[in-house]
Amino acid sequence: MARMTMVQAINDALRVAMRRDPRVVVMGEDVGVNGGVFRATDGLYQEFGPDRVIDTPLAEAGIIGTAIGMAVNGLRPVAEIQFDGFLAPAHEHVVNHLARIRWRSRGRFTAPVVVRIPSFGGIRALEHHSESIEAWYMNNPGLKIVVPSTAYDAKGLLLAAIEDPDPVLFLEPKRLYRAFREEVPEDYYTVPIGKARVAREGRDVSLFTYGAMVPVALEAAEKAAQEGIDVEVIDLRSLMPLDVEAIVASVQKTGRVVVLNEAPRTAGAAAEIIALINDKALLYLEAPVIRVTGFDVPMPYLLSEDLYLPDAERVLAAIREVRSY
Amino acid sequence: MATREEELLAPYLQVRSVLGVDGTPVGPEPDLTPDQLREIYRWMIFLRVHDQRLLTLQRQGRLGTFAPFSGQEACQVGSAYLLEPRDWIFPTYRDHGAMMVHGVPEVNIIRYFMGDEWGSRSPDGVNVFPISIPIATQLNHAVGCAWASKIKGEDAVAVGYVGDGGTSEGDFHEALNFASVFNVPAIIFVQNNRYAISVPLHRQMKSRSIAQRAIAYDIPGVRVDGQDVLAVISVFREAIDRARSGGGPTLIEALTYRYGPHTTSDDPKRYRSQEEVEEWQARDPIERMRRYLVARGLWTEQEDEDLWAWAREQVAAAVAEAEAMGRPDPAAIFDYVYAELPWHLREQKEKLLAELARRQGEVKSHG
Repeated sequence: MARMTMVQAINDALRVAMRRDPRVVVMGEDVGVNGGVFRATDGLYQEFGPDRVIDTPLAEAGIIGTAIGMAVNGLRPVAEIQFDGFLAPAHEHVVNHLARIRWRSRGRFTAPVVVRIPSFGGIRALEHHSESIEAWYMNNPGLKIVVPSTAYDAKGLLLAAIEDPDPVLFLEPKRLYRAFREEVPEDYYTVPIGKARVAREGRDVSLFTYGAMVPVALEAAEKAAQEGIDVEVIDLRSLMPLDVEAIVASVQKTGRVVVLNEAPRTAGAAAEIIALINDKALLYLEAPVIRVTGFDVPMPYLLSEDLYLPDAERVLAAIREVRSY
Repeated sequence: MATREEELLAPYLQVRSVLGVDGTPVGPEPDLTPDQLREIYRWMIFLRVHDQRLLTLQRQGRLGTFAPFSGQEACQVGSAYLLEPRDWIFPTYRDHGAMMVHGVPEVNIIRYFMGDEWGSRSPDGVNVFPISIPIATQLNHAVGCAWASKIKGEDAVAVGYVGDGGTSEGDFHEALNFASVFNVPAIIFVQNNRYAISVPLHRQMKSRSIAQRAIAYDIPGVRVDGQDVLAVISVFREAIDRARSGGGPTLIEALTYRYGPHTTSDDPKRYRSQEEVEEWQARDPIERMRRYLVARGLWTEQEDEDLWAWAREQVAAAVAEAEAMGRPDPAAIFDYVYAELPWHLREQKEKLLAELARRQGEVKSHG
């Protein structure tokens, strides 16, 4: 075991994957000599060379498009898109091709590409560097969508994503890259895609969230505990597929639900989770579900970022409201 | 006196030819056996018959929207004829001729245009990517595929197909740039048939040729008579040899023409004259090859009649086979989204199948 930040755990996962599987190649802007703008690929170029750690031209459609061709021809590309907002130029390749190669060819061809995307807000970045893009793709069948919130999960989920036979969008909460250090095994292990994690057990209120909002949820839960409200925090980890069993089990236990995401409110992941609860567990509810989200505005620049991002106070207010209904 | 610019562009404006319009050789003929020459001709006739038959089926309501390629047979056959089974093609919706030459059964193509995704499933071992409808995207897939060959130390070549309109897309330029920077064994094959649906080439670009765009990427660019199958084969032989031996990508522009509409949904009379169509039909690639074969004593009128009859039988049999297949299995729309069905798709699939069974029960009880 070693103590690692999340970005170190991601780096370690890439190194472990590349050592055990010669088909794995890493590609993207600045991922080679520079080791990635967040250092997620640090040292890989020196160990594996320019054929497997590829500095590409600055062209996201070209990156995802060529990664698809590589994957179809037997490689396991892990493509980095430098920031969330810059997946937009590659959107066509993601929705029109990456998600559909298996389906369109009736299983003859597959495109097991992992797209790593430093995502979400909270690092005082420029415009287009703090976006929540998960809902763009939850409504687009054929992709898996994974969001870690711990260093351990980041490594295990990334290794699972690289091993997965289907394309995976791997959204890395850049706000958590260096927020903490944790014990992370140095050898190979996977964390299954599609399984949520109970981040904190509780009896009174279920709080479903993911990514950079997990620490916010835990902070709110601690504050609620001081008021005698026992909150269960579920880190979803995977948004496609969602872990319906974990969601239903927690709703059955508490009957009171808050859903938290930092993406804009309308048609966000929280809306889907609430619809799922409606489908599967409505009669267990003791109160209407409350969602805490970002606003339906473009992600504000750094001076107003904190107005937008849900914080523990906003989450705590929702916890109180759902508890006292 | 030629300007520097004219000197630079000259090689990219020159059109490579082997056969004149009357079938007389005007350039060095590619090294092909008489059997190969006859096979090439047989392919072109088969494709013409196939194409005309599918157009008729669409008019009869037996096929969905269809993109005919009649007029472009020399490009279709010439681009795929020399490829080895390990090589790849990444086609558009007007390249099912090349797809068949590279090993896709005709019944797949018919099922595809009937609306069955199974048609896009190339048989195992046939390296033909499904038809890409989004314009020019498949060029990046071809470049990535070729790049993987190179990284793996293999010598397979990938051909990406695109039309003249597709050269305006960013993907065309990104693909050429990646292919150039990483020196991958890809061939970018542009069939310049002069129209993107209705928009003529001069609204796509101010460049004097598509081939000259190779200058910007510092890769070989070639312009070829796309109605001359032996010329197309000649430039492909050079491009394939270059790619296989580590020499990198080639951009090929073939000057061609589609006799029919863009798809069965448009009326080309709105944007081009009948005279223009007839001018191009006078340069027909099949007739040109026939004259060449007859002049060389490799072909007779009787063989010609037999060949057209054989092609009609082949196509009729494939159409019958495709129509006998009926509707696709409803479960299939769910089964290939992921390697394994996630819970939500399992639920949706079961619900649809139960609903279909219930409706079928109702039909029976009311029947």
